Amino acid sequence: MTPLLELAGVTKRFHAGTPSEAVALRNITLTLAAGDFVTVIGSNGAGKSTLLKTIAGMIAPDAGTISFDGRDITHLPVYRRAATIGRIAQDPGDSTCAAMTIEENLAMAERRGMPRGLRRAVTQTARARFVAALAPIGLGLESRLGIRVVALSGGQRQALALLMATLAGARLLLLDEHLAALDPRTADIVMDLTARVVAERALTTLMVTHKMQDAIRFGNRLIMMHAGAIILDVRDDAKAALTVEALVTRFHEVGSEMTEDRVLLTT
Amino acid sequence: MAQFQALVLNMFEQGFLFAFLGLGVLITFRFFRFPDLTAEGSYPLGGAVAAALLVEGIDPFLASFAAAGAGAVAGTITALIHTKLRINNIIAGIIAMTALYSINLRVMGKANVPLLNTPTVFSETVDGLNRFGFNLHDNVYTTIPIALVLLVAAAVLLVWFFATDLGLAVRATGQNETMIASLGVDTDRTKMVGLALSNAFIAFSGALVAQNHGFADIGMGIGILVTGAAAVLIGEAIFGDRTVAWWVLAAICGTVIYRLLVALALRVGLQPVDLRLVTAVLLLLALTVPRWRVRVLK
Repeated sequence: MTPLLELAGVTKRFHAGTPSEAVALRNITLTLAAGDFVTVIGSNGAGKSTLLKTIAGMIAPDAGTISFDGRDITHLPVYRRAATIGRIAQDPGDSTCAAMTIEENLAMAERRGMPRGLRRAVTQTARARFVAALAPIGLGLESRLGIRVVALSGGQRQALALLMATLAGARLLLLDEHLAALDPRTADIVMDLTARVVAERALTTLMVTHKMQDAIRFGNRLIMMHAGAIILDVRDDAKAALTVEALVTRFHEVGSEMTEDRVLLTT
Repeated sequence: MAQFQALVLNMFEQGFLFAFLGLGVLITFRFFRFPDLTAEGSYPLGGAVAAALLVEGIDPFLASFAAAGAGAVAGTITALIHTKLRINNIIAGIIAMTALYSINLRVMGKANVPLLNTPTVFSETVDGLNRFGFNLHDNVYTTIPIALVLLVAAAVLLVWFFATDLGLAVRATGQNETMIASLGVDTDRTKMVGLALSNAFIAFSGALVAQNHGFADIGMGIGILVTGAAAVLIGEAIFGDRTVAWWVLAAICGTVIYRLLVALALRVGLQPVDLRLVTAVLLLLALTVPRWRVRVLK
């Protein structure tokens, strides 16, 4: 079976050739099977976010190839990968359009990867679909279709972003610390929603998180990054057997500066 | 009383003709959030293309729509400079504006083309109506309703467009480019659509104003972006910021009010040479007054 996503020898340096050169991705090789739900942990600057942005097409790698469903997508721009890849960023402002209404945002998401012409975007039938999609979230957004997203809370916006990322077509979901800006209670609600949506739609998922418990509790596979490399890759039973303590120990082994690391603070 | 009447008529006549400019500037200044200086070239380009064609005996409506088409091309070129050559959008506009100055002179053949003896969209419409038994004259009383009909058509077109799939993508490109690209939209293309549409409206305004004023002039675009921005901001300061339809209405009303304020400034004794100063002050007020209002309400 062809893996859904395959990274081979992907390397990225920032400020190459200058004194501030930093290796963000070091010869990354990673294969995701369809249906894999992979949590990604690592200290700040480990390359987690760069990894997701490179897969999404926002950052071009210096070396290596990225294949999606057997097709080389290394040099495709973001918009040509978008038909099958959805991404949510940490800042709730990034993944939705604040000045536009909930229904307009959903209408844009519904056309993911499809040609956009002069068809009316928000029709009555579209509204009915949006209500059906929003109601199960349980945040009451289905009765507020016409209000602008700027009026929503961070949690509501991330829930909407999750729906927008998964509403149409996407097979790979990239979650780049999408809960980090939320208060703990809201983060739990959006995380439960995330797990539900991923399971329902059988999405292949890469989720960067700094919450160790979430990284252990969700998904079938966990990878740890350090200094641009994947230093731990466990799955299934081995992953289920992981503990926060074991992960912290592992962090110590690779010499992370734990005293300054927020990983410690959130365990 | 006659003075007051003349003031009101002038306000609506000039307001409606310049409102197309306001709508064009609304697209770039509000939706794309940058002042597109192409306007300084595409507005006189509209006047120049219309004038050149009218002098050749081309139908005024055809000439005016050709002017809009030329504006769309100008906007497309600015967009290409910005997206394909990766030049900052303001600099791209300045480059287009600078190039258009020479192009406009080439199109007109001279710095000023009088249109006093050529038909205009206004005289043409009046003649057409008179053939149906009306007895109208080509003056301010006919220009206002003709301009209003064209303006309503343009407003409906804009509101309709910005509710389509493509229209939403164009709006989102100005608001959150990363997000709309991640939904599969080629933002180079949506920027082109937005800038083409904006400059088509601006050039159309130039074509109508040239026909109304009886000449196209190479200098007619100087300061025009600020004029358009002032109109948009005055409208927004009064109407606030809600839906696209509301924004369109605000830009139109803002232009009319701007023309009234200019006419009033002239009435109280300021000279035409002072108008730029008046525009600058109005722009400043439109930018700062809404802030005071918020403070008072809080």
